Amino acid sequence: MTEKREEQSPEPGKKTRAERKKRCGRGNRREVFLTGGFFATLFLVMVGYLAYFTATREEEMINNSYNSRQEILLSRNFRGGIYDRNGETLAQTVVDEEQTEKRVYPYEELFSHIVGYSCRGRMGVEALANYYLIRTSTSLANKAANDIAGVKNPGDNVYTTLDVALQQVADSQLDIYRGAVVVTEVKTGKLLAMVSHPDFDPNKINEIWDSLIENENSSVLLNRAVQGLYPPGSTFKIVTALEYIKENPETYNDYSYQCSGSFQSGGNRIRCYHGTNHGRVDFVSSFAKSCNASFANIGMELDRERFGETLEKLLFDEPLPIMLPYAKSSISVTESDAEMMQTSIGQGKTQITPMHLNMITSAIANEGILMRPYVVDHVENDMGDLVKEFKPDAYGRLMSIEEAAVLKGLMTAVVEGGTAKSLSGRNYTAAGKTGSAEYNNVKGDSHAWFTGFAPADDPEICVTIIVEGAGSGGDYAVPIARRIFDTWFRDKE
Amino acid sequence: MKEYITEISKYVIAGSMLLYTLCSFLCLTDKLEKKRILYIIQNLIMFGMQLLMFADLALVSQDLEYVFLYVFVQIFLLAASVMVPMIYEQVNRLLLNNMCMLLGIGLCVISRISFDRAVRQYIIALASLAVTLFIPWLLSKIRFLKKLTWLYGFGGIFLLAAVYILGEVTHGSKITFTLGEVTFQPSEFVKILFLFYLAGVLREKVTFLRVALTAVFAGIHVILLVVSKDLGSALIYFVAYVFVVFAATKNYLYLLMGAVGGSGAAWAAYLLFAHVRTRVLAWRDPWVYIDSKGYAITQSLFAIGSGSWFGMGLMKGNPSAIPYVEQDFIFSAVCEELGVIFGIGLILITLVCFLSMMKLALGIQDRFYQLIVYGIGIMYVFQIFLTIGGGIKLIPLTGVTLPFVSYGGSSVMATMIMFFLIQRIHMQATHFGLRQEGGREVAEKAEQGTNVGERGERKAAGTDDGKEGGTVSRTRKKNKS
Repeated sequence: MTEKREEQSPEPGKKTRAERKKRCGRGNRREVFLTGGFFATLFLVMVGYLAYFTATREEEMINNSYNSRQEILLSRNFRGGIYDRNGETLAQTVVDEEQTEKRVYPYEELFSHIVGYSCRGRMGVEALANYYLIRTSTSLANKAANDIAGVKNPGDNVYTTLDVALQQVADSQLDIYRGAVVVTEVKTGKLLAMVSHPDFDPNKINEIWDSLIENENSSVLLNRAVQGLYPPGSTFKIVTALEYIKENPETYNDYSYQCSGSFQSGGNRIRCYHGTNHGRVDFVSSFAKSCNASFANIGMELDRERFGETLEKLLFDEPLPIMLPYAKSSISVTESDAEMMQTSIGQGKTQITPMHLNMITSAIANEGILMRPYVVDHVENDMGDLVKEFKPDAYGRLMSIEEAAVLKGLMTAVVEGGTAKSLSGRNYTAAGKTGSAEYNNVKGDSHAWFTGFAPADDPEICVTIIVEGAGSGGDYAVPIARRIFDTWFRDKE
Repeated sequence: MKEYITEISKYVIAGSMLLYTLCSFLCLTDKLEKKRILYIIQNLIMFGMQLLMFADLALVSQDLEYVFLYVFVQIFLLAASVMVPMIYEQVNRLLLNNMCMLLGIGLCVISRISFDRAVRQYIIALASLAVTLFIPWLLSKIRFLKKLTWLYGFGGIFLLAAVYILGEVTHGSKITFTLGEVTFQPSEFVKILFLFYLAGVLREKVTFLRVALTAVFAGIHVILLVVSKDLGSALIYFVAYVFVVFAATKNYLYLLMGAVGGSGAAWAAYLLFAHVRTRVLAWRDPWVYIDSKGYAITQSLFAIGSGSWFGMGLMKGNPSAIPYVEQDFIFSAVCEELGVIFGIGLILITLVCFLSMMKLALGIQDRFYQLIVYGIGIMYVFQIFLTIGGGIKLIPLTGVTLPFVSYGGSSVMATMIMFFLIQRIHMQATHFGLRQEGGREVAEKAEQGTNVGERGERKAAGTDDGKEGGTVSRTRKKNKS
């Protein structure tokens, strides 16, 4: 503003300015202007930074457990409730006549990890949506009335994307096994179910806390779906196959291999599951029958540098776009042939979480695009007015449409005539990949995997299952997937 | 009822703060007819805001103390904002109003954190006003101000050295003295001496030798502050020195040398002092050190984040969770309970104070007074940048106060002295035609008294538009002929 004036003043500009300069040799107007402008700019940067901080970091600041204001909010508001996608109560705070609060989880163990708990620290949605649960958006009139009555205000209610029916079937099918199940909606990234065994009853968290902490080996508090790292076993052949298609886009269908039950290179040997001899296999049947020898052979042909890039794109060793605390998947593509053979069939040093595998699978189902998984759908105040809504959000493309289509074809073949044959002949067509991941050098110990989606032509849900130490994926994981798909498609009819 | 008042007042307070800020910016322009109204609007907003804030405090705390404090604070604000312009007609109302606004906000927020400290702050503010009120009158009587250059220079060094030798150690720094019941922080007052010294040396011939001489004196000041571990003040002295030399010499090379030398010194300090490294680490990654060196800054960020745009409401947050909140983090406490919108308004008000000082400096011919106004402006604005920038993690923490808002007697008194010095220079300029206001040429005949620049050199500062500027240049021509 002031600078403008300098330019405007006495009209025949140059002359007067020169004149002035001559007369006021000592004048330092320019320097003072410059100083004013400099600090004004500095202050605007400061204001901008403050505004940016407030706009983007508020939720994170309130949610930090070092922030004492959480207790202040909780001393004024009751914790809000948590609900499933149909409005079923998953958690609520019940207040008796003496204004004593109790957090109640009607489904007990069923949602132990994903809904979590809110005392002794926080976990699951209780931690994720804490910011909303401890704040109130009730009307001013209600606040005033509550103030007069001397009661707290009701916190906002959080509506999740979870589905009680799917969670129940996943939980009951996993039964007494340790393991995890993740079910997501392909086109939106909504988390429909997330089960982790062993589980616990969050209603009794205070009583059982010490034993949970003491007994570290059981790792009951670990949410295996997002924090459990497992060797992916044959489910990793999806990734190996993707890389092979990428490197041989025209010729991958000409691939052929004579399986004799094992593959040997250098001094290293890869055996097929239970030493099965698959005979002559092409690309599709190698995948459908999950032939280790053939995939070790494919693995040896891959360009390791390009493979590394593909893995990075698929978020191996990278941060995952999810809000829950998770473990990072790890993999190593090295010079060593022995290791490369192991890696290409999902053994070796590779480790993945069920959630990560589910994300890769759902990207295949969704024409290559990964939707960010999310569990909080919207937030309402106690009167049912919308406070905040979360929309599906694409993370990005993990592979091309064509690559996704080819992989989908391979995974359909697995169900039609491969290791997941027991999923065929339903009123929907599924696609997927099984895995039997050996985690112990002593033979016979393997985790059963399945990851897949249905319907194959227009995918709705994506299911990923791991059953620890059960045996083969086809025998132990596929039946669970079938019951989950059945439930989803029965309920839809 | 209570809930309605406290909840609605949050928005009203934020809104009126923005309105006040807008008025402040409008006052920076040169339309006198409208300015009187703006000043009155500012005063009305200030008193209205005070009423709402203290009402909130009293309602939520259910404590009558706040009603008493309210009454006393209003008496003070009335005296400062209404009585002073009656005594000194030519006073710069914008600076005066902003000073009152900031003091009022400060007293309110401090009282919410510690009532006793608010009372102390109140007494100091009142005493400071009583003393500084005489500055304009006193200075109009004193003629030898420009002749004491060496007294200012050596006096400042003497005081800082005395603190270094005799001062008490608080939080690892030696920055205070106690005389009887009262604790002083001399570095706040030496700021003024330092500026007088610089202005005295650089007012006439700015030869390289003179600049080198001031560099030695400035260096001693800064080193004394650094060894006393008063890093914030050391930075303020340094930056003020560089800018004053720049304005006096008009040589951009000094600015460049200052920037290079300052960066070098900062790097050396980083390598030499563990406490500097701690600050830098805590700034770069506070969340890693949340339990230790990052504690203060993360607590400050929690306060701001929790307050969000409209604040949690007075008495409804937890500003006491931040260490040294009344001194170093008062801005975060303001944001927490009154909101970030209010905080931004506060930043802009201080910016207006600075800009109006720069505007005043533009119109003063007498280099001695000009450099004092300019230097005070730099010290004021840079200190605010340090404290607020540190509290929001834009820059590392330095632990200086937010002038007029933070708790701290020396800070309030020294800043008030600075403001009234500026008022004195403003009145002198207005009265003797060192500058004109509102297109009205106040004094065509500026002769007698304090060092008025040669009339021929007088410039069209503060005039409204080209027309008036034209008039002035015509007058000038006449003068010359």
